[in-house]
Amino acid sequence: MGVTPKLGNLGVVTSTLEEAINWARTGATWPLLFGLACCAIEYMSTQASNYDLSRFGMELNRASPRQADLMIVAGRVTRKMAPVVRQLYDQMSDPKWVISMGDCASCGGVYNNYAVVQGVDEIIPVDVYVAGCPPRPEQLMHGILTLHEKIRGERIADWAS
Amino acid sequence: MQKALVPEDAVRAAFPDKVQAVKHFRDETTIIVAPEDVPTVLKYLRDTPGLLYNYLSDISAVDYYPENTRPGRFGVSYHIYSMLYNRRLRVKAFVDEDEPVIPSVVTIWPAANWLEREIMDMMGIDFDGNPDKRRLLMPQDWDGHPHRRDYPLGYETIQFSFNVEEILQHKPFAKE
Amino acid sequence: MADLVISDTMKQWEGSLMELKGLVSERAFTGETMLLNMGPHHPSTHGVLRLLLELDGEEIVNCLPDIGFLHTGIEKNIESKSYEKAVTLTDRMDYLSPMSNNMVFCMAIEKLVDLDVPPRAQAIRVICLELSRIASHLVWLGTQAMDLGAMSVFLYCFREREKILDMFEMLSGQRMMGSYFRPGGVWRDLRPEFLPALEAFLEDFPRRVDDYEALLTNNPIWVDRTQGVGIIDPDQALAWGLSGAALRGSGVNWDIRKAMPYSGYDQYEFDVPLGEHGDVFDRFMCRVQEMRQSHRIIRQAVDKLPDGPFRSENRKYVPPPRSELGTSMEAVIHHFKLWTEGFSAPDEEVYVAIESPRGEIGCYLHGTGGNKPRRVHFKTPSFMHIQAIPVLAKDHMIADLIAIIGSVDIVLGDCDR
Repeated sequence: MGVTPKLGNLGVVTSTLEEAINWARTGATWPLLFGLACCAIEYMSTQASNYDLSRFGMELNRASPRQADLMIVAGRVTRKMAPVVRQLYDQMSDPKWVISMGDCASCGGVYNNYAVVQGVDEIIPVDVYVAGCPPRPEQLMHGILTLHEKIRGERIADWAS
Repeated sequence: MQKALVPEDAVRAAFPDKVQAVKHFRDETTIIVAPEDVPTVLKYLRDTPGLLYNYLSDISAVDYYPENTRPGRFGVSYHIYSMLYNRRLRVKAFVDEDEPVIPSVVTIWPAANWLEREIMDMMGIDFDGNPDKRRLLMPQDWDGHPHRRDYPLGYETIQFSFNVEEILQHKPFAKE
Repeated sequence: MADLVISDTMKQWEGSLMELKGLVSERAFTGETMLLNMGPHHPSTHGVLRLLLELDGEEIVNCLPDIGFLHTGIEKNIESKSYEKAVTLTDRMDYLSPMSNNMVFCMAIEKLVDLDVPPRAQAIRVICLELSRIASHLVWLGTQAMDLGAMSVFLYCFREREKILDMFEMLSGQRMMGSYFRPGGVWRDLRPEFLPALEAFLEDFPRRVDDYEALLTNNPIWVDRTQGVGIIDPDQALAWGLSGAALRGSGVNWDIRKAMPYSGYDQYEFDVPLGEHGDVFDRFMCRVQEMRQSHRIIRQAVDKLPDGPFRSENRKYVPPPRSELGTSMEAVIHHFKLWTEGFSAPDEEVYVAIESPRGEIGCYLHGTGGNKPRRVHFKTPSFMHIQAIPVLAKDHMIADLIAIIGSVDIVLGDCDR
C-alpha cells in the first residue's frame, strides 16, 4: 500500500512560481474588518447570507490590520478620520490592496465640503474604485473580481526589487 | 394632575421683566429671553407644577449673518418637551457676536452637555459653566467654526471630462 | 487639582494627560488606573466611535466617548441646496433607516410652508417607515448578537433584511438610499409588484421573529451577558435625553407615534412594549416586540390603504406629473421653476420630531424667505445615546461595555451627521 493510493491520479502540474503565488493570493485575500459609513452596511450585506462573500475566499475578516491583505474603505473619509485610515494602511503588511467602495470614498461623493476628504486616494493608494452610493453587493463583488484580475497579473519582478 | 398652564403667561407672571417676546408660528410657541436668563427660565419651566417641561429635546443654534434685523447675530433655541402634558416649547435667546456667551444648563439637564459642546464647536458660542470645553466633532486643532454662515463650505472643483487633466495634475495623490 | 501628582512612569505622556485633567480620575495620573483607547477602528463600536476608557483592572472607572470621526457636514451642505434637493443628503445620516431621516426633514418642510400630504401618501409613508424600522432592528439584532458571540443570528437577520431592501428597490430604485419621501408625499406611487412582495413578507415574518427569539431569549449565555447589565433608571434616562427603545426599556412610556401622532399613526392599533429593569435584556425585548408591532401596523396600513394621489397637488411646491408637461403651459412653468430655483419658505423656524427606530429624531429648520434654508439642525437619538454610554457603563466590566454599546443602538452617521 504505502503512500501511492493517497496521491490519487493527479499527475504533475507545472506552472511558474509567479502564477502559483498569484493564484494563492487571489484565493485568500483577507479583508480588514473596517467600516466607516453607509457602504459598510452594504459590505455587511455582501458578507451575509444572501451574497456570501466566502465564495471568493474572503469569509475571514481580520480586525487587526496586521493580518489583513485587503482594505475596503467603505464610506466617507472625514478629515478627522483620515490619519486613522492612513495609520491602518501603514500597519497592514505587504502585499496589500485597497478597494475604495462607494462614491464618497472614491471622490467625496455628494459631500463636497469642509469635513470630507475628496477621495481616499489623497491619503492612501487605491487599486480598485467601486462606484455607487452605496454600491450594490454585486458591484462590490465585481470590484473584488477586478482586483483578483489585477493580482493575477502581478509580476514578482515588480515587487521583489 | 394639575391643570396645564399656558407657558408664556406663567413665565411672564413669575419673571415680569425677563420675557422679551413671545412668538407663535404653526402651533409652536417661542419664548424669547435674554441669554443670561436662560437657566433661570428653563429651571422654572422644568420644575413648576402645571408646566413640567422635563425633557430636553434639542439645543440648536442659528447664525443670522449677514442680516442685521435681529437683536443678535446668533439665536440659540432650547426645545423642551413635557411628558405629562405632551407639548413642546421653544425658549430662544439671541446672542451678540462680540460676546457670544450663554450660561450652561448642564446642571438642569446633563444631556445638555454635548448639545452645548456641539454648538461651541460649530458656532463658536461659549457656554459658561460647561465642564468640558474641548471640541466635540471637529479635530482638536481645527480652525474656525464651520457652521457659521461666513465660514466657507470648502467647495472643491468638480471633475468633468473637460477639466480632468488639470485637476489630476493638482490632486495630492497618496504615495505608498 | 493644582497639586496633581504625575508619576515617573507616566511622565512621558504628560502633555496628553494634561488635556484630560478633570475628566479622568486622579489615579490615572499616577498610573494606578490604565487609560485604554478603544476605537475608532474597533469591530464592536458599531462604526467609528472612539472611547477612551479608564480601567481599574477590568472595571471601567471612566469612559470618555470621542465622536466626530464621521462628521460629514450634512447640515452645512443642506444650507447650499434648495429644499427638495436636500432630501437626498438626509438619507445618509442614519443609514440604517434612511426613510426616517427623509420623513423628519420632509415633515419639517411641510410644516414650514404649510403643505398638505394626501392620505394615500401618509399610508405609504407609514408602511415604509415601519419596514425600515424592522430593517434597522434586524441589523441591530444581528450585530448585537454577533458582538456577544452568536454569529448565526446575524446571518438570519440579514436574510430577512434583504427582502425589505428588495421592496425598497421596487419603490425607489435604490436598495438603501432611496430618497423616496419628498415634500408633499412620496416620489412615485406603489409599483404593482410591491404589494404582492409585501404580502409574502408579512406572511413569513412573524415566524422569523419566533426564530430569533428561540435563538436568543432563553439562551442562558445571552441572558447571562445581558440581564442586569447597563441598568439606567427612568429619571436618569430622561435627564440624559434617551429616547426610543433605550428609554422604554426603563419603563417610560413615551413613543412619539402615540404621544404626538404624525402621518396618520393614530388610525392604527399597536402597543408600545415597555421594559421594567432598564437593562440590556429589557431593551432587547422591547426592540424584538417592536418588530412584531411594526408588522401589525403594516398589516393594518396595507388593508386600509386609501386610493387617491400619492403626492400633494399644490403646484407651488410639488412639480406636476410628466404627462401634463405636453399639454399645459402652466405645468411647464411650474416644472421649470421648481427644478431650477425651487420653492421659497418663510423666514421662520420650526421643530419637528418623529420616532425613528433609534428614538426621537428631530429636525430644526429655519428658512430665509428664499429657496434655501438658513439652518438645519438634526437632533439625533444616537448623539444622546452615546453621550449616556459613560453613565450606563460605569463600574461594569469591559466585556459588558460591548453589550451596552450594542443595546443603545447607535449609528455613528446619525450621531456625527
